[in-house]
Amino acid sequence: SEQHKYFRPSELGTDINLLSVAVGGWAELYMAPYLPNSSITSFSQLFINNEWHDAVNKKTFPTVNPATGEVICQVAEGDKADVDKAVKAAKDAFQLGSPWRRMDASDRGLLLSHLADRIERDAAYLAELETLDNGKPYAVAYTVDVPMVVKCLRYYAGWADKWEGKTIPVDGDYFCYTRHEPIGVCGQIIPWNFPLLMQAWKLGPALATGNTVVMKVAEQTPLSALYVAHLIKEVGFPPGVVNIIPGLGPIAGAAIASHMDVDKVAFTGSTEVGHLIQQASGTSNLKKVTLELGGKSPNIIMSDADIEVAVEQAHFAVFFNQGQCCCAGSRTYVQESIYNEFVEHSVERAKRRVVGDPFSFNTEQGPQVNEEQFKKILGYISSGKKEGAKLLCGGSVAAERGYFIQPTVFGDVKDNMTIAREEIFGPVMQILKFRTLEEVVERANNTKYGLAAAVFTKDIDKANYISAGLRTGTIWINCYNVFGAQAPFGGYKASGIGRELGQYGLDNYTEVKTVVIKVPQKNS
Amino acid sequence: MHVSENRQRTMSNESRDGQQRENKLSTRPLDTEMPMPVSDLKIEYTKIFMNNEWHDSCCGRRIPVYNPATGELLCEVEEGDKEDIDKAVKCARQAFQLGSPWRRMDASERGRLLCKLADLVERDRQILATLEAIDSGKLFLVAYFVDLVGTIKTLRYYGGWADKIQGKTIPVDGEYFTFTRHEPIGVCGQIIPWNFPLLMFAWKIAPALCCGNTVIIKPAEQTPLTALHMASLIKEAGFPPGVVNIVPGYGPTAGHAIAQHMDIDKVAFTGSTDVGKIIKKAAGNSNLKRVTLELGGKNPNIVFADSDLEHAVEQAHHGLFFNQGQCCLAGSRVFVEEPIYDDFVLKSVERAKKRVLGNPLVPGVDQGPQIDKKHFDKILELIESGRREGAKLECGGGAWGQKGFFIQPTVFSDVTDDMRIAKEEIFGPVQQIMKFSSIEEVIRRANNTHYGLAAGVFTNDINKALTISAALQAGTVWVNCYNAMSSQCPFGGFKMSGNGREMGEYGLQEYTEIKTVTIKIPQKNS
Repeated sequence: SEQHKYFRPSELGTDINLLSVAVGGWAELYMAPYLPNSSITSFSQLFINNEWHDAVNKKTFPTVNPATGEVICQVAEGDKADVDKAVKAAKDAFQLGSPWRRMDASDRGLLLSHLADRIERDAAYLAELETLDNGKPYAVAYTVDVPMVVKCLRYYAGWADKWEGKTIPVDGDYFCYTRHEPIGVCGQIIPWNFPLLMQAWKLGPALATGNTVVMKVAEQTPLSALYVAHLIKEVGFPPGVVNIIPGLGPIAGAAIASHMDVDKVAFTGSTEVGHLIQQASGTSNLKKVTLELGGKSPNIIMSDADIEVAVEQAHFAVFFNQGQCCCAGSRTYVQESIYNEFVEHSVERAKRRVVGDPFSFNTEQGPQVNEEQFKKILGYISSGKKEGAKLLCGGSVAAERGYFIQPTVFGDVKDNMTIAREEIFGPVMQILKFRTLEEVVERANNTKYGLAAAVFTKDIDKANYISAGLRTGTIWINCYNVFGAQAPFGGYKASGIGRELGQYGLDNYTEVKTVVIKVPQKNS
Repeated sequence: MHVSENRQRTMSNESRDGQQRENKLSTRPLDTEMPMPVSDLKIEYTKIFMNNEWHDSCCGRRIPVYNPATGELLCEVEEGDKEDIDKAVKCARQAFQLGSPWRRMDASERGRLLCKLADLVERDRQILATLEAIDSGKLFLVAYFVDLVGTIKTLRYYGGWADKIQGKTIPVDGEYFTFTRHEPIGVCGQIIPWNFPLLMFAWKIAPALCCGNTVIIKPAEQTPLTALHMASLIKEAGFPPGVVNIVPGYGPTAGHAIAQHMDIDKVAFTGSTDVGKIIKKAAGNSNLKRVTLELGGKNPNIVFADSDLEHAVEQAHHGLFFNQGQCCLAGSRVFVEEPIYDDFVLKSVERAKKRVLGNPLVPGVDQGPQIDKKHFDKILELIESGRREGAKLECGGGAWGQKGFFIQPTVFSDVTDDMRIAKEEIFGPVQQIMKFSSIEEVIRRANNTHYGLAAGVFTNDINKALTISAALQAGTVWVNCYNAMSSQCPFGGFKMSGNGREMGEYGLQEYTEIKTVTIKIPQKNS
C-alpha cells in the first residue's frame, strides 16, 4: 500500500473537537488527491481459529456502498451453526493451560500494542474500506475513527499488566486475596455506525483482561472488521482468541445472546434489541450483559454562553457522522433570550454543510448507511412537519442516487413531539426553547434515555448544578463529543448497562475471585 | 533480572511438568540465535547531556572510564560538578514551566514517547549490552537477556501508566465539589549506581517521566556509558529539550550538588546506606525536597528441611552470585535448617566450584570481574575477616587471574550471626551459610539486622511460607524462588534499606504531588 501516503494522522488533531473547528477548511489539510483502490475486498469470510471459513450453510449476503447503492461484494453469512463453531474455538482457547491462559499479562498487552501498530501502518487502507462500506467521509474515517482505534488499543494494552487484585485484611487468622480473572468466552455484537471503533472498544478491554471473543459484526459494514481479523492473526494472537462472524442480528446475534457456552455478551445498538439481549441471557445461562444503547441527548445552551462556539458545537453534536451517533445532541435546548439568534445561526451553519461524495475532501456529510435508515429518517422528518415543528432548512433527499439526506433543522420543537422523543439517528436537528435552569433540567431528564448531555455556559455554578442534575452517563461542559479512551462511556436508564472505556471498562470483563487461606497466626 | 529468571523458571517448569510454554512473545534474537557483542564498538557519547544537546564540563575535568575485566582505559567522559548541575537544573526547570510543551502534552503522548524509547532500546540492544559489559564487567549475555529486557519492559510498563494515573472525586461534607489532581512533583534529581547501570536508569526515569516530571540524572562515575547512549535515544524518541538531563560525575561533587540543590523538588538515590544518610541530611539542610532511597541489604534466604533441596541450592547460589554478587538484594545470609545443613553446604560448594570465571564477552562464562580496584580490595578484606573470625572457608577465598578485578566464588559455612561477614554487605561473590533449628529462631535471627530489603524462603509447607512472609521485615519476600523481579511489582526496603518503593503502581506515588481542589457549589446532590 505504498500509494497510500497522503498525510500522517499524527500531524493532524485526532480529537473530534478539533475537527469540528476545522470543518470547512478540511480541504487544506490534505496534501494529495485520493485514488480509490479497486481491488480492496480480500477478506469476506468468517474468521474462526485464525482461519477463514465459508458459512456452514454456504450462505452469503451482499454488502452495499451506501453512496451509490451498488454491491461491493458478497460476504459469508454466519448463522447458529457458525456461532457454535466459533464458541467452541473460543472455549478451547480459554482452557486452563492454553497458550492464551498461560501468557504473561504484559505479553497480552504487547500483542494489543502490536495490533495498534499494524492498524496505524494500514490506516489509509482501513479508512478507505470504512468509507466504502459505511459512507462516512474518508477524511473523518482517516483522522477520527482510525486514530481513535489505535489509541483505544494502546490504552488497553497498557492495562493488561496493571489490572491488580487486592490483599484484604479479613477478620480472623486468614490470608485473603482477590484474583482478577477473565470471564471467559465473550460474545460481542457491534453496530454499523463506527464499525472499526466499536470493534476496538470491544476487543481492547476483553483481550487486555484475558478473555476470548466471538464477535458479530453488523451486516451493513463487515469489511473493516474482517481486515482487522487478518491483522489479529498477523501479530500472533493464538487461534481461537478472537473469532469474527458477519451475520444478521436475529440469526447470528440471537445465537450468541442465547448460547449456553457464552459467558458474557456485550452489545452496542438500539434499545429495542438491547431488551432482546437481556431477555435471551435470562432465558439461557444468565450470562453477564453489558449494553450500550440509544440516546436522545440534551444539549443545553445557557444565555451566557459563547454563542459562536455553542452554535458550532451544537451543529457538530447532531450532524457528526451523518447524525448516526448514539450520543448525538438531538435535543438542543436554548435559553429564551438567545433563542432566535441561535436558531438563525444554526440554520445558516446547516445550510453551509457540504453533502456529497464521501471520498471528496470537501465533503462533511456522506450518505446514511442504508435504505432502511434513509427511509426511517425521512419518516421522522415528515412526522415533525405534521406535528407542527417549524422546518427551517433541509427536510428531504439530497441526491439522485445513494442514501443522502439534506441537513435538516427544526425550530419550535415541543417535548411531546415524536422528533423530540425518539432517536432519529440522522442529520436532523431539533431546537427547543427554555426559560429557567430548573425547568430545563427537568425537561432534559424527562426521557427514558440517559446516555450523554452537554451544557454551554460560562457560569461555574450553572455548570456544576447541571452536571450533578442530569441523569446521563456523560456530561460535556462547553464541548461535545469529546471521547478519550481514558474516560468511561455508557448509559443511565434505557441507554444501557455498564460502562465501556477507561478503567471502569475493565470491570465488565472481569470475574473477581476471593481466595482465603487459613494461616497459623495472623499479624498486621 | 526478571526475564532470565523467568527463563530459568520456565525451563525448570518444563523439565518438571514436561509442558512446553508456547507462544512466548520474546524479542527477536532471543529464540533464534545466540547474540554476540558488537566487535570494535566505537564509544560515541562522552559529554554532558542537557536540553537535548551535548556539553563540555564547566570545570574542564574528565572522568577516566575503565574496563574492569582488563583494567584498560575505555575513554574519558566529561565530569559534571556543581556548576553543571546548576545548568541542568535550569534546563529541567524551564522544561517544567506552565504552558511548556512537556506540561501541555497529553498523558497518552508521554506514554507513547516512553514506548518509542523502549523500541529504540530494543533496536540498539546489542550495542547497549556490549557497552554495559565492557563498562561494568557484567556478562554480555546477562546484559543482553536480563538488563536490556528489564529496561525495555520497564519503559513499556510505565509507558502504559501515563494516562492511567487517575485522581479522584471525593464526597466531602457540605455544599462543595472536591477533586484531586495527580500532578508531577517537578524537577527530580536521580542518582544511580554502577551495578545495573542501564536498568537503574530505566527504573528511575520511567516512572518520573510517566508522571510528567523533568529529570537530572547522575550515572555512576564507573559506568556512565549506557546512560549517555540513552541520552541520544531520548533525543531521537522526541522528548522535548530539558526533560531529561544527564550529568556524569562523582558522588561527593555532582551527587552532593543535586542532593542539596534549592531548586530540585525531589531526589531519588540508589546506592549504599551510608550515602543514603548523607542524601537525607542534605534534603533536610536545603529545601526539604522529597527523598526516596533504595539502599543496601543483608538479605536472609531461609531454607527449610522440607524444601526441594536441589532447587533450593541452585536458587540460593543464584540469589548470591548473580551479577558477581553485586546486588543490593543478594541473599547473603543463607539460613539452612539443621537436618539438611551438611548436605546443603556440600552441594552449594560443588555448585560454586562449577562457576566459570573469565572474559564477560565470551559465552559460557558465569562470572566477570568486580567493578573496580577499591571494591575488589574491600571484598578481599571482608573474606579475610571471615577467616579470622572463625568461619569455615569451604572454597574460593582469593583473587583470580592475572589481570582485572576477579574474585573466586567463595563459600563460608559455620557462620555465626555476630561475624562481620554475617552483618555487613559484602557486595561480592561470597556466600555465608548458617544453621537454624526452629522457625521462631530463624525469624528472630533473620530480622536482627538494620537492613530490610528482601528475603527468600524455601519450603513446601504453606503454613511456614505464609508465617515467614508475614513475619520478615523486608520489602520483598520470595517463596521458593529468588530474584524474581518484574516491572509490575514494587521493590524497596524496610528499615535502613530505604525509603519508598520503586516499580509497580506504588512507584508512581513517589513521583506525584496530590492537589485537592474544592469548589463551592450552590446545591449538593448525591
